[in-house]
Amino acid sequence: MNWVWIGDNLGLIGGRILEHLALTAPPIVIGLVLSIPLGYAASRSRVARSILLSLGGILYTIPSIALLVLVPVILNLAILNPLNLVFALSIYAVAIMVRSAADAFASVPRDVVASAAATGFSGRQRFFEVELPLAIPVLLAGIRVVSVSTVSIASVGALIGIDQLGSFFTDAFQRSFLTEAIVGVVAILLLAALYDIVLSRIGRALMPWNRKQSAVMASPKVSTVPLGGSL
Amino acid sequence: MIEFCGVSKTYPDGTHAVQDFSLSIPARQITVLVGSSGSGKTTLMRMINRMVEPTSGSIEIDGQDISKAEPVQLRRGIGYVMQNAGLLPHRKVIDNIATVPRLTGVPKSQARTRALELMDTVGLDRALAERYPSQLSGGQQQRVGVARGLAVDPNILLMDEPFSAVDPIVRDELQQEVLRLQSELAKTIVFVSHDIDEAFLLGDQVIVLAQGGEIVQQGTPEEILANPASDFVATFIGADRGKRRLSVSQTQARGDDRVLVDAGGYPVGVIAAPEGRLAVSSASPKSRSVSNKTDQAGDA
Ligand SMILES: Nc1ncnc2c1ncn2[C@@H]1O[C@H](COP(=O)(O)OP(=O)(O)O)[C@@H](O)[C@H]1O
Ligand SMILES: [Mg+2]
Repeated sequence: MNWVWIGDNLGLIGGRILEHLALTAPPIVIGLVLSIPLGYAASRSRVARSILLSLGGILYTIPSIALLVLVPVILNLAILNPLNLVFALSIYAVAIMVRSAADAFASVPRDVVASAAATGFSGRQRFFEVELPLAIPVLLAGIRVVSVSTVSIASVGALIGIDQLGSFFTDAFQRSFLTEAIVGVVAILLLAALYDIVLSRIGRALMPWNRKQSAVMASPKVSTVPLGGSL
Repeated sequence: MIEFCGVSKTYPDGTHAVQDFSLSIPARQITVLVGSSGSGKTTLMRMINRMVEPTSGSIEIDGQDISKAEPVQLRRGIGYVMQNAGLLPHRKVIDNIATVPRLTGVPKSQARTRALELMDTVGLDRALAERYPSQLSGGQQQRVGVARGLAVDPNILLMDEPFSAVDPIVRDELQQEVLRLQSELAKTIVFVSHDIDEAFLLGDQVIVLAQGGEIVQQGTPEEILANPASDFVATFIGADRGKRRLSVSQTQARGDDRVLVDAGGYPVGVIAAPEGRLAVSSASPKSRSVSNKTDQAGDA
């Protein structure tokens, strides 16, 4: 471990942490936002469910390096444009999140929705005031998985020259310099932990009804995709 | 008044839940639909607020065909109380009660004030207003459910086995509460139950249903008790003889007259043989709740 190198390169480390953050936050948000209507559709219809979940499964199995080569062609962007990475990460995020979102809406108690309908909630009101809030626990569990996986997969961007924490790995490899690799791993772990803490805080703030009995309601069944499967 | 005219409901999977059902439900009375599980009670009730659409036939409320009403508007004008209260777990008690008025555009503070009054009406301590439903007992949740059903001051209140999931002592209490509320508010209540005692206690009119929503008997509790229309009804009302509040005594018959006894075996009325009508007990709700009270004392 070369502490002197770390001391000399704090600026570089900080900068790459910020790059990494900037590249991973949008895909996580996009994954959540897109998965909500898709997951809702999947929870409403069997056909939609099987189509969307299979599609998600297929997308997730595309090797990330292949996707990163394909995306610039599809989007017609320069290969070094960071948007390519954001786009690819968003695809993975949606692919994982769609299943969680489908489970989340399926976890909303049917009799609560029925009684909301029976007391005069319109379809829209039912969705925004009943189904969406009650889906939060499972959505939250899903997005926490997505955040960790996105932070981890993003490092592959270094292979196509997009600078972020993964660049420490390519540098370390080229120069046979272990310290840089360790710095990269630790920083990625810390970033993943930061996302997790922030997301669970947001969840707590959004679910005041859950606080006094969080053990009961916040332990939903979530089907997760193994982490880093396509690295 | 609610009028079912030749109503049938076949679900998409082919289940004939209700077949050719016709019934007139009088205003400002409690009509109890009683029957065993699967007899179509919930289906019938949900057709009144268009949660379920009839396959054929029509339903009118005060002469208006409800198929022409806008479902969401229709439901906002009809109170609905269901078995597990169906409260919104993420809303406080007070907001659960205020929810329908809020949907219709009543300002928040006004809706909340009214919700607190309704808590008094249904016998809930105002201190519970800021709690979430999961922090209440089953009986308290049902009271919240009733308060919510009353929140828009509907003419019609639909109650689908509202008390079947609470323990017997609380159920007795809630049943008495319904009778008290009804004596004050005089709503048109359609009450679904699978419990014949509950039906006889609460109903001004009791409709005994068999599978497919077939009406096997309809009348006041006294009429049905005195003259079960068929073996089916006799079996149904005799199914839990030990617990039932009123029954026809086999041993205390006087000539052709039969004696009506409560659960403790005390005579409460005589059924005169020729007309088959009660000689002593009148058909008013008051006498029913009185005879019930004595028998509750006997149970305790
Ligand atoms: N949504 C549905 N789809 C298919 N069959 C149903 C549905 N709802 C109820 N049924 C069937 O219709 C019959 C009547 O049901 P229901 O009205 O719930 O009776 P009850 O309330 O008296 O128990 C039952 O056989 C039940 O299985
Ligand atoms: Mg039912």
